[in-house]
Amino acid sequence: MSERAESQGVKWAELLVLPAVNLLAALVVSGVIVRIIGENPWTALKLLLGGAFGSGEGIGYTLYYATNFIFTGLSVAVAYKAGMFNIGAEGQAYIGGLGAGLVCLAAGSAPFWEVLPAAICAAAVFGAAWAFIPAWLQAKRGSHIVITTIMFNFIASALMTWLLVNVLIQPGQQSPETRQFGPNTWQPTASDLLGRVGIHVAATPLNLSFLIALAAAAGVWALVWRTRWGYAIRVTGENPAAALYAGISPSKVTFLVMLLSGALAGCLPLNELMGSQHLISLDFPAGAGFVGIAVALMARNHPAGICAAAVLFGALVQGGSELSFDMPHVNRDMVVVIQGLVILFCGGLDNLFKNPLRILRGWVRGARPR
Amino acid sequence: MDPALELRGIDKRFGSVHANRAVSLSVGPGTVHGIIGENGAGKSTLMNIVYGFHRADSGEVRVHGRAVDIRSPQDAIGAGIGMVHQHFMLVENFTVLENVVLGAEGGPLLGPGLGLARAELEKLGRDYGLEVPLDEPVEHLPVGLQQRVEILKALYRGADVLILDEPTAVLTPQEADQLFRMLARLRNQGKTAILVTHKLREIMAIADRVTVMRQGAVVAEMETANTSPRELAEKMVGRPVLLDVQKSAARPGATLLEVADLEVRDRRGVARVKGVSFAVRAAEIVGIAGVAGNGQSELLEALAGLTAPSLGKIRLAGAEVSAGARERRGQGLAHVPEDRLKMGVIASFSAADNGILGYHDRSEYLWGPFLNRGAIRSSCARKMSEWDVRPQQPDRRILAFSGGNQQKLVLAREIDSRPQVLIVGQPTRGVDIGAIEFIHRRLVALRDAGVAILLISVELEEILGLSDRILVMAGGVISGEMDRSEATEERLGLMMAGIGREESRSGKSGAGRPGGATPSGKGPAG
Amino acid sequence: MEYYTLLVLLIAATLREATPLVLAALAGLFSERSGVIALGLEGMMLGAAFAAAAVSAVSGSAWLGLGAGVAVAMILALVLAFTCVTQRGNQVVAAIAVNIIVAGVAPTLALAWFNQGGQTPPLAERAQRFTAIVWPWARQARSNPFPGLIYAELLSGHSLIVYIAAALVPVSAWVLYRTRFGLRLRAVGENPQAVDTAGVSVARLRYQAILISGALCGVAGTFLSISASSGFVRDMTAGKGYLALAALIFGKWRPYPTMGACLLFAFADALAALLQGVSLPLVGVIPVQFIIALPYVLTVLLLGGFVGKSIPPRAIGVPYAKGE
Repeated sequence: MSERAESQGVKWAELLVLPAVNLLAALVVSGVIVRIIGENPWTALKLLLGGAFGSGEGIGYTLYYATNFIFTGLSVAVAYKAGMFNIGAEGQAYIGGLGAGLVCLAAGSAPFWEVLPAAICAAAVFGAAWAFIPAWLQAKRGSHIVITTIMFNFIASALMTWLLVNVLIQPGQQSPETRQFGPNTWQPTASDLLGRVGIHVAATPLNLSFLIALAAAAGVWALVWRTRWGYAIRVTGENPAAALYAGISPSKVTFLVMLLSGALAGCLPLNELMGSQHLISLDFPAGAGFVGIAVALMARNHPAGICAAAVLFGALVQGGSELSFDMPHVNRDMVVVIQGLVILFCGGLDNLFKNPLRILRGWVRGARPR
Repeated sequence: MDPALELRGIDKRFGSVHANRAVSLSVGPGTVHGIIGENGAGKSTLMNIVYGFHRADSGEVRVHGRAVDIRSPQDAIGAGIGMVHQHFMLVENFTVLENVVLGAEGGPLLGPGLGLARAELEKLGRDYGLEVPLDEPVEHLPVGLQQRVEILKALYRGADVLILDEPTAVLTPQEADQLFRMLARLRNQGKTAILVTHKLREIMAIADRVTVMRQGAVVAEMETANTSPRELAEKMVGRPVLLDVQKSAARPGATLLEVADLEVRDRRGVARVKGVSFAVRAAEIVGIAGVAGNGQSELLEALAGLTAPSLGKIRLAGAEVSAGARERRGQGLAHVPEDRLKMGVIASFSAADNGILGYHDRSEYLWGPFLNRGAIRSSCARKMSEWDVRPQQPDRRILAFSGGNQQKLVLAREIDSRPQVLIVGQPTRGVDIGAIEFIHRRLVALRDAGVAILLISVELEEILGLSDRILVMAGGVISGEMDRSEATEERLGLMMAGIGREESRSGKSGAGRPGGATPSGKGPAG
Repeated sequence: MEYYTLLVLLIAATLREATPLVLAALAGLFSERSGVIALGLEGMMLGAAFAAAAVSAVSGSAWLGLGAGVAVAMILALVLAFTCVTQRGNQVVAAIAVNIIVAGVAPTLALAWFNQGGQTPPLAERAQRFTAIVWPWARQARSNPFPGLIYAELLSGHSLIVYIAAALVPVSAWVLYRTRFGLRLRAVGENPQAVDTAGVSVARLRYQAILISGALCGVAGTFLSISASSGFVRDMTAGKGYLALAALIFGKWRPYPTMGACLLFAFADALAALLQGVSLPLVGVIPVQFIIALPYVLTVLLLGGFVGKSIPPRAIGVPYAKGE
């Protein structure tokens, strides 16, 4: 094998094998927990995979959930590339929903193709605005971005609760949510769009924003790996001293990247609110910000991997909710456990399997005839 | 009488680097023993083995005649060996007392232990002239007093043999004198001190015997009374394979780089470069010699635009430089950093991607907003073939290349931008000999093409081989300046060790004035 | 007079509210002073809350519940210690992971074992909870406004754990500043290399610190589920772990100021409960969400350097590798 191909091979091995091994470890531990509560892990796994991929409807739901995770995963990944840990994707998505929601509420009878761009802008701007203060504090004052973004998650929760209970609530209603958005703001679903060209698929919330998410992933990839600003971002994240040497300002880069990160997370409501719920509800991100962390870690911050990992986690959510019909004790909470375990193995314990894998690779290479 | 410390055949390798080659030495009790050598001679490794940070591959350590197995600092402490490190191991916001007792508190509760320690420390302070304010937070103490705390730590634990690693690296001359007086008292009280340093002045001032190390082996051992600084300098520097760089005489043109009264302070506000002035002309190589840590790095960073000087001016082709690194590149200043892994390359990037570090805004590498990967790759490939970098694979990770090839790529990148002035630090650090020759030839060719080159290196042979004019930095000032024709290793070695200044005894310390060298061989007034 | 009674009751409520915060903040203190970021307080507390409630429900004994709570929290602490110290993993990621895992495991196990939708069975008997300890003559003293009321409401009538928490503050201060262990702990958070050179094991100190923080979180979580409430409910810690961290930062990593910050946050909480719907002069009704958000906003201001400087232990968050 040529040197170049072999070093590429090593790269792909690390990109695919290590996350797979970490996922396996997470599943094994989850299996143990499933066993503890008296269910059969293998059956659970089969039901989960079946629920996620076994039917057109299942796949639709899986991809719909995945859309949320692509946005938050991109958000976490792009910040990480610049050397920052954005834990605030949850809050940024929430506030982004305020932006998109306000546009939808004010949409009147405007056609969808006018509403959509406005909503995208509003969602992104509001999301970025929520990242603004933590970003500025980190760049100018060195305040630890992890803690400030966690604080802002809680502040977002308090703010949105207040708004939904006192300001935006539909008059005369009990539950803290807005009125429903007009149908001109609803994302066209997959079954709609495909139906128009004669392909019949089951009705699921999977909608146009899935394509927007994929476009965002492509955009992030192009920006970070193919433009000069992306070069500056990667240099800053890898080595701030070298960034200074190269004439790049690390504080400026980290600030701008955090805004972008907030904007990406802020786009989650394009799927969740405009595509599914059609109103602003309490806590609609439902943990997607944290799943984004798991997705980004598993994919090692690469947009292609993020899309794949997002689908994986979407499958876990969809499969998990199907699973709970047959195994009422294994429900969404179990899916949360798997998410947490993936974060643990991919992020905290990533050294654990690196060395054994390297040794294994050495054996395999040594055994190959020269 | 048994030697206080005896090493027999200590051998240690770190991968391919043979740090210590069967080192044997013997230190008599109640003496001050010096171990000298240049950076990388193996002195620190040796002492780290004695103190238990590393384990020797083979060899034996004996303390007062008894063989000891030292696996950790605790074992060393138990054997009566104490060490004062070059970089202090102090907890900044603890008091002196707390720092000394850390690890030897004398019991689970601090109260009684501290009381005993206080009494003991006051006694030690009186006995050895090591008075320190015990209740002052260490971070408020001047460096000289901080070092005393380190010494007290060792003595408090019953050290009989005290190893001091480059103790005067961070001290002012006055503080250094105080240190020597204290070492003399220690010796008179029967303790043994081992001074590890590259500074000849210290050895001559205080050591009874001295061991010279070069490239991992002991090359000489003698009484300091029977030798002279020149002899030691000669043995330290050795008779190396002088790389004969073929070059014609310089024909310098206009002044392209001008530095006037430059002062650069570090993060603590201590002046590291004090009143430095010099100039570099086109088609000239000016080399700055000096031991690491005498202000060269700070000078380099200030010139490159990475730090702002507190005083003084820098001019490029007559015009004052702009503030940032990027702007200076635009003005025609290229910078090869001393530590390429720290800031010169991005370890996880490919060679091609490293080739545009600092130049990623240039239109030749761009296609609108996008990076022109083809152009970047082919530019790298071209540089690889011009500079003989193997294997010629631009997409290979930079770390997969040898140190020499990495350095060639860094140089290629900076030179490719056709600078007017090139400032380069340690150009051949971690580079194999074939690449060294190549790089040297390229630098001379660059000079002949009209570029002004400022070379900073701790390798004397490199300075002597390449420079047309040589400046010496010691203690943050220019302690000597001469034309290449007048320079010899001995002369430079003495200036680097700060001895040139001492011998001239003009009485002034502080700002160095670059003066011409006098033919008698004495250093300039400083 | 009425305002006075109200104030005393408010302070009493503050003390109760502050208890889990103080315990968790002390836990964070030990961890962070040793150089390990304490973002896992939330998960350890939640795990303890579940374990305590479950065991207390099954065994009928609050003390066994407390033991279980502390044990589970310490096991979680062990996982964190292994990840952060031995494996030198990213401390932030590890802590967030543990928090998420516990948030999922606790309701899952609760559902499987007790079939009550993710909760544990309500604890009805006194023996299953740490209920109020009434001091002698408290009932009689209550009629006397001063100092009777103070005795009756502020001093008497709290759960045992409240008193334990109050006592642990001076104990922690004593351990931190007056023992050998405390000295070494503080040193390892500032300059682990200095500790290493002195021949003391950095890893061992950090393990000890993290396990202590686990034990303290165990008490905090137990309080939440079997003293302040009568059972475990999903996500019942509701961010208290992060609030405790905020209090720790606010208190500049020192025991007494940290306790002060916890009391401040708890007071705000108790005040919010009191002022719900009450219209104040000039500002009208303060939204309860505003009060809820207040501690987080204050922390951000503090971190931004607007409310004085807050300097963390020098070596925090950086895994220690020998020879670096």
